[in-house]
Amino acid sequence: MIKVENLVKYFNDEAAVNQVSFEIAEAENLVLLGTSGCGKTTTLRMINRLLEPDSGRVWIQGVDTSLQDPSKLRRGIGYVLQHHGLFPHFTVAENIAVVPKLLHWKEDAIRARTFELLEKLQLPVQLAGLYPQNLSGGQQQRVGLARSLMVNPPVLLMDEPFGALDALTRRDIRLEFRQLEELKSKTILMVTHDVQEAFELGDRICLMDKGEIQQIGTAMELLFKPANAFVRSFFNDQRTQLEFKTVMLTDLFIGGSVPAKVSVWDTLENRSDTDAGIPALSDILTAFENFKRK
Amino acid sequence: MEQDSGFFAFIQQQSGKLLSQTLTHVGLTMISLVLAIIIAVPLGIWISRKPKFAGGVLGVAGVLQTIPSIALLGILIPVLGIGPKPAIFALFLYALLPIVRNTYTGLIGVSPVVVDAAKGMGMNSLQVLFKVELPLSFSVIMAGVRTATVINVGVATLAAYIAAGGLGEFIFGGIALNNTNMILAGAIPAALLAVLLDFILSRVQRFRLKKVVLWKAALPVIILTLSSFYLLPTKLGGRLLAGFTPEFMGREDGYIGLKSLYHLDMETVVISDAVMYKAARDKHLDVISGYSTDGRLKAYSLITLEDDLKLFPAYQAAPLIREDVLMKFPGLEAVLDQLSGKISEAVMTGMNYKVDQLKQSPEKVALDFMVANNLYKKPRPVKVGGVAAPTVRIGSKIFGEQYILAQIYRILILGNTDFQVETKTGLGGTKICFDALQNKQIDFYPEYTGTGLLVVLQPDRQTREKLRTDIPAMKSYLDREFHEKYGLKWLKPIGFNNTYALMMRKEQAAELGIKTITDLTNQIKN
Repeated sequence: MIKVENLVKYFNDEAAVNQVSFEIAEAENLVLLGTSGCGKTTTLRMINRLLEPDSGRVWIQGVDTSLQDPSKLRRGIGYVLQHHGLFPHFTVAENIAVVPKLLHWKEDAIRARTFELLEKLQLPVQLAGLYPQNLSGGQQQRVGLARSLMVNPPVLLMDEPFGALDALTRRDIRLEFRQLEELKSKTILMVTHDVQEAFELGDRICLMDKGEIQQIGTAMELLFKPANAFVRSFFNDQRTQLEFKTVMLTDLFIGGSVPAKVSVWDTLENRSDTDAGIPALSDILTAFENFKRK
Repeated sequence: MEQDSGFFAFIQQQSGKLLSQTLTHVGLTMISLVLAIIIAVPLGIWISRKPKFAGGVLGVAGVLQTIPSIALLGILIPVLGIGPKPAIFALFLYALLPIVRNTYTGLIGVSPVVVDAAKGMGMNSLQVLFKVELPLSFSVIMAGVRTATVINVGVATLAAYIAAGGLGEFIFGGIALNNTNMILAGAIPAALLAVLLDFILSRVQRFRLKKVVLWKAALPVIILTLSSFYLLPTKLGGRLLAGFTPEFMGREDGYIGLKSLYHLDMETVVISDAVMYKAARDKHLDVISGYSTDGRLKAYSLITLEDDLKLFPAYQAAPLIREDVLMKFPGLEAVLDQLSGKISEAVMTGMNYKVDQLKQSPEKVALDFMVANNLYKKPRPVKVGGVAAPTVRIGSKIFGEQYILAQIYRILILGNTDFQVETKTGLGGTKICFDALQNKQIDFYPEYTGTGLLVVLQPDRQTREKLRTDIPAMKSYLDREFHEKYGLKWLKPIGFNNTYALMMRKEQAAELGIKTITDLTNQIKN
């Protein structure tokens, strides 16, 4: 769906992005993870050509993006920004209608789609006439998401989409995000510096440092098969929690009768002995230690 | 209260003129403002895109802003002539800086996240500009436009100096004629105009723009500009055009008298003394009001028209001396009278020309004159021993002609008497000179009969009217009054008459056969 090959970008003779290549499959969610200045946002901005690479190429749905008109290219790609990037002089409805208007949609089609999305994102209809500054942070971020989804683009670029929110709101909106039907079929490239977020939302994670990719893989691969010392040390602070969250009961008791999609963490957090089919705590921890040793 | 009722009476009397001046004022302000917006906003957009040019552009606009308005108008006259054109251009230059700077500041201040979002949504650069950047910086840009408007309403008063009209005509006329009502009749509407335009624009500033649609924005602007041109004075030229100073326009012995006595009815504009002569030379004006011995007459090949009906009172130059001085310095009167009748208007104009235009020193010009006219004698040697000879103190006002006369008298006295001489030149105006004479700080100075009559004696209107055409009667009236009231004596006139005069270019006057003001009136009637 998205193919990135050998992207290079220099700022003041310093490589911000150096030889970055990856592919994202259809409906996959790839997270670019790293500290500030690692080149993750620069990489994202080269995909919708807000930045032009010094060398390297990008294909979206098999088309070389450098051959397309940048504005037209961007109209076909959903884009969510860290500080929501809503237009302060437009109402919520007008903000949401920006892209369809650029594509000359009819008014009633825009209106119908607007209300559909407001409902899906659990935004009260009354908000439509308000200006962004009268909304809460969570609402603003949802409106930003709604705006990027209006024309149902197959590809979504998200630059720290939850970065400006407080921890609690962040967790809630992340949960909604995971459950949102609209997003399940999208090919998503998301940038974040939040490890928890990356693990929670990414199908695969691309860990970057100093403009270069350190490792691309699933959470499991990054945790248990680190490619180098940087990757290993990067997760050290929160390693136990990440491991508990990443390892599923089904990974520990292969072929056993355990519920699917339940992590060790979930089990520890919500444990009640009456739950049927969940092994005893000591069994889980033993199995977990064995799993790690593999 | 008397001032008030006088003011309203004046407004009522001059309401037609006031209205036309106000409309001209609005026209000048609006046209220059619209032109400035058309240039400055794109310029501001451009430097916000190319920040390396921002410093240069803002610097140049800032320098333009610091040029004194009168100087700027003066610079523009050789290029654009007189009238609305240079005025609008000058106002345009003054309006540039606030608008360029605020456009630049406004655009730079738009949050980069929002611009990023706009691009990310797929807006092209024009859409980003018109739908996002300009609407978001609109209120900052409008603040610049408001500043420019208020500046322009103020500076537009100076347009009256270069024949572009506007409320400055009343203001500067009022200052020249010491007429408070007239000043206020110009100043108050100008102030109200500034407040009103600023208020209207403050309303506009509050609009929350969703986007700037070019043609919708341009249409009212175009209409406004076109209508503003309509407000300006009709095109100058065609017939003979006169340019008079604000003072001359308002004086009985000026344009008012020309109209009533000569029935002169010609197209006139108001213009400052400083640029009037040049405008006549450069054929922007055909007839101007000036002083008959002004050096610029010679410099710019102008001639004075004969005042055949004697509208302008005689301003004959003569030494004004205290009677006790004549006793103290026996023989002085005869020496001073040697100059009598020796300096004609042409000669005086020539000498003024050398001092004012060629920048020669008054001493040298005076000496050359004395030598050329065989009046020069070597200063007598100072007597050694004995009692020192008494000193004659000569005063003069603060302009070239008076400096020259003071030097001529100095040479004359030193060559023909044993007295010492001290010159006290540059004594400000008539009042200062006259007071110095009365207080015995100077012994004599060259004065003009008309000034003695109108400034010192200030007789009633009837007397003035009676004396205007009758020079001998005026002479005896002056002699009698000065003797009785002040113990002063007018010596014999030097010869020239430095009075108000109408002037034309030499070749044009010759071509049209105009020698007198009556000729001029007839020429215009045909």
